[in-house]
Amino acid sequence: MSAPSTARASSWLAASSLAQRIGSLALFLAVWQIVADAVHSRLLPTASAVFVALGQESLHGSLLFNLGITLARVAAAFVIAMVVGTAIGILMGRSRTVDVLFDSWLVLLLNLPALVIIVLAYVWFGLTEAAAIGAVAVNKIPAVAVTLREGARALDRNLADMAQSFHVSRWRTLRHVVMPQLYPYIFGAARSGLALVWKIVLIVELLGLSNGVGFEIQLYFQQFDVTRILAYTIAFVAVIQLIEWGVFQPLERSASAWRR
Amino acid sequence: MAPVTRALFAEIREKRYPRSRGGASHVALAGLSLRVAAGELVALVGPSGCGKTTFLNIVAGLDPDFDGDIRLAPRPDGQPARIGYVFQEPRLLPWRTVYENLALVLPPQRAAGVIEDLLQAVGLSGARNVYPPQLSGGMSRRASVARAFAIEPDLLLMDEPFVSLDHDTVEQLHDLLLKLWQARPTTVLFVTHDLREALVLADRLVLLSGTPGRVVADLPVGLARNRRHSGAEIELLRNEILRHHRELIGAAAAPTPLA
Repeated sequence: MSAPSTARASSWLAASSLAQRIGSLALFLAVWQIVADAVHSRLLPTASAVFVALGQESLHGSLLFNLGITLARVAAAFVIAMVVGTAIGILMGRSRTVDVLFDSWLVLLLNLPALVIIVLAYVWFGLTEAAAIGAVAVNKIPAVAVTLREGARALDRNLADMAQSFHVSRWRTLRHVVMPQLYPYIFGAARSGLALVWKIVLIVELLGLSNGVGFEIQLYFQQFDVTRILAYTIAFVAVIQLIEWGVFQPLERSASAWRR
Repeated sequence: MAPVTRALFAEIREKRYPRSRGGASHVALAGLSLRVAAGELVALVGPSGCGKTTFLNIVAGLDPDFDGDIRLAPRPDGQPARIGYVFQEPRLLPWRTVYENLALVLPPQRAAGVIEDLLQAVGLSGARNVYPPQLSGGMSRRASVARAFAIEPDLLLMDEPFVSLDHDTVEQLHDLLLKLWQARPTTVLFVTHDLREALVLADRLVLLSGTPGRVVADLPVGLARNRRHSGAEIELLRNEILRHHRELIGAAAAPTPLA
């Protein structure tokens, strides 16, 4: 009898935390609306004006197109950064030689400003899609590698010995023994990765491409059209948050189901 | 009676751990030789730190860095011998269920039947979908023993598998192990520092010295298995052995020091 009642309690808790979130957001919008009404300036549009613009831009303008293009770039850069960074991180965590050889490179890359990488990529490879996505990925790879290196160093030696003594195949060992130990590190890297990647993608678009959310924001910046800048921003932030809720959190929950 | 076939021949001339952080290098095993017949249950008894685990890891092929020779009889079909290993800690994957932990070591096509049978045999049928962190100490050991038997091992290595459990649980696990072993005969190398446990389980005791480990005595256990439930007879044997092998006293958890 205690199991269903705790399930009910936890779903009630989830519902109340959702209500709190919505309440907090509503409060933010209300404050925004009141302040903007009072200031009454073209440079601080009201929340309602921004949402009207958001509706117009998605129905009649190019918001959805630009949003899609930017999201595709975010996805490409994110996947490349995760795959390459994970591979480098595991290699460095498992092999002392590789770690000694490349540790300084990693530190150097970590401290290189995103802007420098972007500018160099455009100078060396031209204002191309590949240069743009590559520059974003290179910005994120070192952080992913550092996180995964920690994970690879923390791998349980006893479980590895167990798998080896039972002659568990390499693929099965990777899938059932190694990867589950790395999931927390991969999720950590993915979380912070998405947050960083989408911000850098906007800069890359602003500096060298002719479409995407970053490009549009630059356009409206030149026209001092704050309403549309905010409309684009809200649309983009909402999509990113949906990915966090709809993809990352469920994946993480299912990967850590055994902890319950 | 069928001729005795040898399951394991082990000759460790020397196992040395390289010096670590300024310390001298450390010889863990020196001149340890052991022969085990097929189907035999041999207990390796020695004080803590005498290199018993080191020896098992060498036999299991986990540690190739030693001077010596390990030979395992191949299977009847010519395949290399299969080794099952029950570690001191159960070493189950915490993120996989009991069933999946057994499936890990089996080829997929024959996993289902084997696993159901074994879980039944060790009394874990009801826990097949449970994650190991939710198992009691005794249940985890059962799962670990079931995993080792699942591969139908030619040699079963057991490294003090029942330490840090309460007395009743250990007795149950001893009975379970003997039952499994009689139903699924295999050669067993059982490492323990507990002479009483060795006497309850084994056909033969091999006593090891303190570091570096080498064999100091090789004693068949004459007592029939169905008489070993009597604590008095085990105790008699134990005292007899301890009288001749004082080096074991420190490790054997003697209730009354005999020295």
